[in-house]
Amino acid sequence: MKDEKKIKLEQHQPGLVIAISEKDHAQGPTDAPVTLVEYGDYECPYCGRAYPIVKKIQQEMGDKLRFVFRNFPLNTIHEHASQAAQAAEAAGGQGKFWEMHDILYEHQDELVDADLRQYALRIGVEIYRFEKEMSEAAYANRVRDDFRGGIRSGVNGTPTFFINGERYEGKLEYGALVEAVRAGVSVREGKNQE
Amino acid sequence: MVKAGDRAPDFELDGGIEGERIGLKAFAGKPVVLVFYPADWSPVCGSQVTLYNEALDMFDEYGAQLVGISVDGAWCHAAFAKNKKLKFPLLADFEPKGAVARKYGVYREKDGICERALFVIDGQGVVRWSFVSPIEVNPGAEGILAALERMKAEG
Repeated sequence: MKDEKKIKLEQHQPGLVIAISEKDHAQGPTDAPVTLVEYGDYECPYCGRAYPIVKKIQQEMGDKLRFVFRNFPLNTIHEHASQAAQAAEAAGGQGKFWEMHDILYEHQDELVDADLRQYALRIGVEIYRFEKEMSEAAYANRVRDDFRGGIRSGVNGTPTFFINGERYEGKLEYGALVEAVRAGVSVREGKNQE
Repeated sequence: MVKAGDRAPDFELDGGIEGERIGLKAFAGKPVVLVFYPADWSPVCGSQVTLYNEALDMFDEYGAQLVGISVDGAWCHAAFAKNKKLKFPLLADFEPKGAVARKYGVYREKDGICERALFVIDGQGVVRWSFVSPIEVNPGAEGILAALERMKAEG
């Protein structure tokens, strides 16, 4: 029964169709044997649960892992998600994407505009530029492009992970995810030795 | 089950955004995406309809109209649509229960609900793609978009 389900789903789950580029926000070396991509929403409680798990896996894997975060805000049920995503992008425009990304996941219940401004001040971005870009929705298209790319990769909710381009179907827990990431490393390193 | 190449069975059900009855004829000439789902309020449905709601502009680019169908009644649909801020109609396959789902071959007699099934129908009323997902799995939007893309390329 399980296998049958898998086959059915493969028919329209193409894996990660948008290649990773310099436009992406990435942590870890470009040539790391494993790339973990997350499509996430800052207001989504499941993404909040994934946040410390990913952090722990990054610590565990060190230079063997590159982590990429892409936006997938579900605005109609998470009314602050898109603004939060734009705030992270605006901070990213000033070289502080990950600082904002982290602070947002650590304060998922406090994502109104005044909160976002507070966080911008706290991480030390130039506040006038940040506010101007937020009021102009300068990064709305960027966030939307991430979302559309995610849809084309078959993302059906958040968080959705891809390990070396393949969708992760396992549970949202440290043990299962780190095992899948490690399996990605051994596949890559096995290939290199051939 | 109705398959690609079959004529899409027509129907008329309650549940237009203004409470009107809606059938395939209402979208004459437009591609229609019929989304059968088991029930309002169940968690996976929530994320499936929410996802489609969020991706409506992507269906719009193909001129396609998205329509949800379940056996829930019109009042239940109205409350659900309001809660999820849905911008596409939900049709009530409520009386006789599941009649339209049966026509499409996606009714689950044993459970009294319909399958989680997708049908992409062209402007001439012909089914061009169909898909049944495992009932607990949100099938995402990519299959629908790929079908609309192929349809557009084939004319």
